[in-house]
Amino acid sequence: MEKFTVHTGRAVPLRRSNVDTDQIIPAHWLKKVTRTGFEDGLFEAWRRDESFILNRPERRGATVLVAGPEFGTGSSREHAVWALQNYGFQAVISSRFADIFRGNSLKNGLLTVVLPQSTVEALWELTEADPNAEITVDLVAREVRAEGVTAPFELDENVRWRLLNGLDDISITLQNADDIAAFEAGRPGFKPRTQPVA
Amino acid sequence: MGRTLAEKVWDDHVVRRAEGEPDLLYIDLHLLHEVTSPQAFDGLRLAGRRVRRTDLTIATEDHNTPTLDIDKPIADPVSKVQLETLRRNAAEFGVRIHSLGDVEQGVVHVVGPQLGLTQPGMTVVCGDSHTSTHGAFGALAFGIGTSQVEHVLATQTLPLAPFKTMAITVEGELPEGVTAKDLILAIIARIGTGGGQGYVLEYRGPAIRKLSMEARMTICNMSIEAGARAGMIAPDRTTFDYLEGRPHAPQGADWDAAVAYWETLATDEDAVFDAEVVIDASELTPFVTWGTNPGQGAPLGSAVPDPAGFADPQERIAAENALAYMGLEPGTPLREVAVDAVFVGSCTNGRIEDLRAAAAILDGRQVADGVRMLVVPGSVRVALQAVEEGLDKVFTAAGAEWRHAGCSMCLGMNPDQLAPGERCASTSNRNFEGRQGKGGRTHLVSPQVAAATAVLGRLAAPADLTANVPAEV
Repeated sequence: MEKFTVHTGRAVPLRRSNVDTDQIIPAHWLKKVTRTGFEDGLFEAWRRDESFILNRPERRGATVLVAGPEFGTGSSREHAVWALQNYGFQAVISSRFADIFRGNSLKNGLLTVVLPQSTVEALWELTEADPNAEITVDLVAREVRAEGVTAPFELDENVRWRLLNGLDDISITLQNADDIAAFEAGRPGFKPRTQPVA
Repeated sequence: MGRTLAEKVWDDHVVRRAEGEPDLLYIDLHLLHEVTSPQAFDGLRLAGRRVRRTDLTIATEDHNTPTLDIDKPIADPVSKVQLETLRRNAAEFGVRIHSLGDVEQGVVHVVGPQLGLTQPGMTVVCGDSHTSTHGAFGALAFGIGTSQVEHVLATQTLPLAPFKTMAITVEGELPEGVTAKDLILAIIARIGTGGGQGYVLEYRGPAIRKLSMEARMTICNMSIEAGARAGMIAPDRTTFDYLEGRPHAPQGADWDAAVAYWETLATDEDAVFDAEVVIDASELTPFVTWGTNPGQGAPLGSAVPDPAGFADPQERIAAENALAYMGLEPGTPLREVAVDAVFVGSCTNGRIEDLRAAAAILDGRQVADGVRMLVVPGSVRVALQAVEEGLDKVFTAAGAEWRHAGCSMCLGMNPDQLAPGERCASTSNRNFEGRQGKGGRTHLVSPQVAAATAVLGRLAAPADLTANVPAEV
C-alpha cells in the first residue's frame, strides 16, 4: 500500500447522497481481473451527461472528492476504490461512509475523511465558487484545511499508523502466526470442513 | 453483565487481542466467487503465499454465469476469462469449486446454507456484501473487500474494528400475505440506508421466531441495505431442524456437541444492546420501493411520495433525483405503476420457498401481455427441487421464462438485463440506478408481489388477483 501523509489538491464537489458502489463503478466493469484500468468506468452512467461535474474542464486533475452522506453504500466491490484511485482521487470527504467501502478505501491508501455535514457544505460552497480552490488533507495533523476551513477529523490510531507507514496488513498479521496456530488447535471438532485435510 | 449473540460469537473467535490494535478474528468459512477473488489470488502469487486453510474455503460461479445455453461456451469473452481465472486459481491453490454445470453450483449465499456449511456460532465471510444472509443461522457473517479476501486466504483471520449492537424486535405476527421481504423493506425504510452503520443487527421477537430459515435468510440478506455490518438471528429448533442431515452438518456425537454449543448462543436476558428498534408486524402490508435506494420504499397501498414532503434537504434531493430517474410522478398510486419485466430470483429470494410462493400465485394464470418474467433459481439444487415439484411447468405454462441458476438480473453482469427505461418488479435486493441494466428501473418486491404484478402488468399484491380469477376453471 502507498503511504498517505499530507495531500493538497483541487476538488470535485459532488452534491449527492447515497452514492452507491453501482454508481461509482457499474457491475459490467467488475469482470476485469486486474486492479487497474477502472478510470473510465468511474461514475460511468453520470459521465454520459456532459454537464456532470466530473466532465467539466475546470475539474480536470482534481484529486479530492467531496461527497454527500452515505457515500459508498451497496456492494463490497473494492473496484469502487480502485476506480477512484485509477482516476486520480487521493482522498474522499463525506459526513458518512458505508462501512465496507470505508474499510476497502483505507486498505488501499485512499483516505476517506469524515467531517460534519456543515463542513462538507462549506467545502462545497468554496470549491463550487472557485474550481481552483485547494483542499489539504493532512493525516499527520489529522486536519482538513481550505480557505476559511480548518477541520480536525478522527481516524482510528491503528489505521492511521498503517496508512502513514504504508504497511501491508497481511505481513503484520503473519507476525502472529503462532497465535493463529494455537487458536486452530483449540477449535471444536464439530466445525465443518469443505474438504478433507490434505 | 450478559452478552448478546453477536458478542458471544465474536468473543469465541478472537485469536489475538492487544491494546490499541483491532481484534484479530478467526474465520470459520470463506466463500469465494469469480468477481472479487482474481486480484486476491494474484496478490498471493506475487507474495509467494498459499491458501492457509483450503478446508475452510469453497468457491462457486454465480455473478457472471449465463442462465441460458449453459452447455455452450460462454459468449461474453470477458466473463469467460473471469470464470476461467477462478477455475485456474482454484486448481492452483487447491480450493474446492462448483463450476457452471456442477450440481452444487449456484449463488454463493444459497449454496453455503444448503450444503450445511453455514452453521450457528460461525464466522463466515465472502467478497460480497450479501454475506449477511448467513446470519440467519446465528453466524456472524459479513461481506469483505478483495484486500480482505486475500488476507483471509493467507491467514484465515481478519483484523476487525469493534461493532455496536442493535436489537430489532419484531412483535406480533405477520398478517396473511405479508412476507419476510415486506418486513425487511419496512425495516430499512424505517431506519434508513445508513441506520445500521457500525452495528450488527439482531432480529428477534415473536414474529421472527415463527419464520422459516429461508424467510430468515431473506431478512438477514438485506441487513447490508440498512448499512449494517451484519444481521443475525439466534439459532433455535427451526435452525437445527433445517441443518440436520445436510451434507456438512455434524453427525452423531458431534451433532450433540454442536447443538449443546449452539443452544448457548442466544442473547442473555440481561444483555444490553447499544440501540433498539421495535416493529409491530401485525401493522405491516405488502411493501415496495419507489426510489433508487432500498430505503425509499412504501406500502403498496400508498402513493409515490412528494419530495417536497421530506424535511431533510439531502433526502429531498435524493427523492427528486430518484423520481426523475424512475420516471414517476408524486401522488401516483403505486398500484397504477405498470411494469415491463418481473424478476424472481437472487440471494434474497431465489430459494425453493420463494419459487413455491410465486408459482402458487401463477398457477392457472397468465403473465400479462407485454410483460417479460424471468424465474431464476438460486442454485442447481433449488432448480432440481422445483422441477421435482412441477414448479417449472407452472412458470412456463404461465408464460414466464424458467432459467438456469445464478445471480442473473439482480445485477445484470450476465446477459440478463433490463433495456434503458424498462421497469421491473424484482425480488432482488438493490434498486440502484442502472443496477439491472443501463437505464433500467427497479422496484423491490416480495416473490408474491412479483407474481401478482406479472399477472396484472402493474404493481399488485396477490389479494388484488382474487377478483380476476374465473369462478369456475
